[in-house]
Amino acid sequence: MRTEEVDLEPDEGEVLTLHARLGLTDDEYQQILHRLGREPSRSELAMYSVMWSEHCSYKSSRVHLRRFPTEAPWVVVGPGENAGVVDVGEGWLAALRIESHNHPSFVEPHEGAATGVGGIIRDIFTMGARPIALWDSLRFGPLDQPRNRYLFAGVVSGIAAYGNAVGVPTVGGELAFAEHYSDNPLVNVMCLGLLRAEDLVLATSGPPGTIAVLLGAPTGRDGIGGASILASASFDETSLEKRPSVQVGDPFAEKKLIEACLELYRRKLVVGVQDLGAAGLSCAISEPVSRSGHGITVDLDLVHTREPEMTAPELLMSESQERMMAFVHPDRVDEVIEVARRWETEASVVGEVTSSENVVVSHAGEIVVDIPAQSLTTEAPRYQRPLGEPGWMEDLWSNTIKFVAQPAIATGLLQLLAEPELGSKAWIYEQYDHMLFLNTVVGPGHDATLLRLKGTDRGLALSTDGNGRVCYLDPRRGAARLVWEAALNVAMVGAEPLAVVDNLNFGNPEKPEVMWQFRETVEGISEACEALGVPVVGGNVSFYNETDGLDIYPSPVIGMLGLVEELLLPPPRLDRAEPEMAVYLVGNEWAPNLAGSAFEKVTFGHVGGRPTGPDRAMGRAAVTAARRLAEAGIPVLHDVSMGGSGLALAEICIASGVGASVAYSDWRFLFSEDPHRFLAVAPAVADDTITALCSEVGVPFLRIGTMGGDAIVFDRGGVRAAVDLTLATETWRKALPEHLRN
Amino acid sequence: MTKVAVILFPGTNCELDTVEALGNLGADAQIVWHSDSDLAGFDGVVLPGGFAHGDYLRTGAIARLSPVMKGVASMAEAGRPVLGICNGFQILCEAGLLPGGFIANRGLSFLCKWVDLEVADQGSILTAGMQRGTHLRLPLNSYEGNFVAGSREVRVVLTYRDNLNGSEHAAAAVANEAGNVVGVMPHPERASADWLGSADGNLLLGSFLQAAAA
Repeated sequence: MRTEEVDLEPDEGEVLTLHARLGLTDDEYQQILHRLGREPSRSELAMYSVMWSEHCSYKSSRVHLRRFPTEAPWVVVGPGENAGVVDVGEGWLAALRIESHNHPSFVEPHEGAATGVGGIIRDIFTMGARPIALWDSLRFGPLDQPRNRYLFAGVVSGIAAYGNAVGVPTVGGELAFAEHYSDNPLVNVMCLGLLRAEDLVLATSGPPGTIAVLLGAPTGRDGIGGASILASASFDETSLEKRPSVQVGDPFAEKKLIEACLELYRRKLVVGVQDLGAAGLSCAISEPVSRSGHGITVDLDLVHTREPEMTAPELLMSESQERMMAFVHPDRVDEVIEVARRWETEASVVGEVTSSENVVVSHAGEIVVDIPAQSLTTEAPRYQRPLGEPGWMEDLWSNTIKFVAQPAIATGLLQLLAEPELGSKAWIYEQYDHMLFLNTVVGPGHDATLLRLKGTDRGLALSTDGNGRVCYLDPRRGAARLVWEAALNVAMVGAEPLAVVDNLNFGNPEKPEVMWQFRETVEGISEACEALGVPVVGGNVSFYNETDGLDIYPSPVIGMLGLVEELLLPPPRLDRAEPEMAVYLVGNEWAPNLAGSAFEKVTFGHVGGRPTGPDRAMGRAAVTAARRLAEAGIPVLHDVSMGGSGLALAEICIASGVGASVAYSDWRFLFSEDPHRFLAVAPAVADDTITALCSEVGVPFLRIGTMGGDAIVFDRGGVRAAVDLTLATETWRKALPEHLRN
Repeated sequence: MTKVAVILFPGTNCELDTVEALGNLGADAQIVWHSDSDLAGFDGVVLPGGFAHGDYLRTGAIARLSPVMKGVASMAEAGRPVLGICNGFQILCEAGLLPGGFIANRGLSFLCKWVDLEVADQGSILTAGMQRGTHLRLPLNSYEGNFVAGSREVRVVLTYRDNLNGSEHAAAAVANEAGNVVGVMPHPERASADWLGSADGNLLLGSFLQAAAA
């Protein structure tokens, strides 16, 4: 099972090569020698290698992440814990987190994606919350390549297999394709949990004397060094040999662990908990005591294992799934073990919090680790990596298409509808249970998911957004636009934006161009969040998304949580348009810009030009207008994003089964993806409401046409381009399945 | 108040939804842990959906051995209403309380999707009093939803109008000969309010509750 990279057996005493093989640099090794004043043992080195990995320590990103606005009166727990927690009213808290599982999913798509789901769910119930919904944000290379089809189908089946069986519905997400992701797919999963304010649990160890109880699946040799070997290194042709570093998931074990932990919290039997994810036991024993300023003694002989004769480094580095470390008052240990037994979950007392500052680990009767807890966590390396604007930006920006004539509108729209990233996603979400818990008011296939907050009149709206093309052309503008788009998306169902989580997927941070993209992205997200008054409450950074030297597009994914104070049933939906209703375009009236648009990519294979940046005042006004229109009962609201207003209109027509006819002045308005714009569809009686509301908020609006007929018609001074609705619907419906054949 | 036991196996996940939907219809639905074998005092029993015991070995194969199945069998024998939804249907088949069994969907992928059904037999506790041919809209949510009867006689009480999973007889719900034990593959509790997409499931659960009250 063990690969050469993680072979920890004595090997001619070459400790120096061992640290390198574990992913530590020579400088980092020197730092360890200096801190300890001696050579580390193999077990200690194993712990440093995973705890100081990019994945666990955020050593390249931390200096930049400080920039994020993280505070607001409703923030209960900000970044740094297992999940962000915000107050959503009436005694309810929402826990939110997003995380990537990119590298494991490339090496083994089904298990990689499945364990990504398992990991993010654990982050949520570690906070004391019941996980109630998942979203997935996926990026792959083009589906005309067989390996990309294999990766795509494997990832979807992995999310389905794990999410469905663990009993957490997958209620939304997003998908895009580009060559840059061919050898580096992105699998980001967001999870939402709910808890009562009094049930919040933190990942602290409690005072000295507190007992550490390891709950859940037995520890095996799977996923050894996943954090350092897989997640924190670039890929080359030998990557597939890293398959043994991918964990294997068991959703049934996780389901039992969820229920056992929720019962422990309900009965107030734990002081704190820490899940075992990246860095496994190494993290679960060191981070909680590091937070509380104590030490811990752990006896590895007490860990329940799946296979015999595991070495101490293996036990410390294993990333076996479905495990949790509970910190328990000594008087309550028996009760904790009894709860675990009822849920058919194993539980072992493995350690005790001490008043020293050290993590002390014994194995086979010998002390194998004795190091300061802080040296693994707060004292991990921080890098101010060099950054520099890539030389190619000016060339990208000047590389625009000069249109000499108006392209064929109808053909252009049909081409967009046939794109797998723009067509129907039913092939994906019909494989996911997206209805469990009876919360899903607006499910997959809309701008945002709308969930009821059971037992109240409130609703929670969530959206995940990404756009690698636009972020590549201008990382700062692109990232800011994602925040604005996500905010507008939750407003489409009547929500006010409340909190952001982000997943920052980037290439190799050792390249100055990549670090520049990263810094610009953090800046863009921060600017937009500040303008909106929305804090960043958590996130994840995934670097080294490069294969054979080719970096992915800078690919931030924004997860937005919005709050609906009073849920209106039915809320605005794409399928509520009816003949005779009027169609409005609400939002900015700038000169249209096609840079980074799907239209230019799909029709001309072009990615160039400089995308339009966001506008704080217009962005804020559009979000407010949308939310208030939703509250006023406007039946259809739809964000204009990828594919432009032309595609947005087509999506409304397809969902509602009714055609439309709209006028336009400049064809570029139909396909421009400029921010802060949305469509509204409403009966004639609502015209006064729309006029009054948009005027009051100060957002431009234009009545552009009427629903009706059996075609989608674009009219410019009597010259009409028409797409038959049945053809549009079939094209859109088949876009993804057609590309998956062969 | 009609008292209904909703059985919770490790891995079950639709128990709260089922309790909520039954509660909305005025029932006193209580969750019963799978190791309790005594269902005395309950008027009816529901085996809700999910992945009992992880669906390991074969769907329902381990759950049928749980102590609570003794109580379920006694209820069935006594003529009390017994309803299995999705995974609960699979468990009733494995336990021999309903004929047939399940294999993977025709398309070999999990299907979470609204489907149209038709009442084929109004003589069961699920469909009592409903017109034959009545259309209902409910969501499917299963991988092994493809019903196989083999050579056995089956009493089909609901059929799929579009048989997506490939079930024999297009069977979406099946009853025992007496009509008091019924398994249904789509989820009535998920069609319990218009805002969820349909309230047709309330007709089925209401019929079950009437039988339980009798």
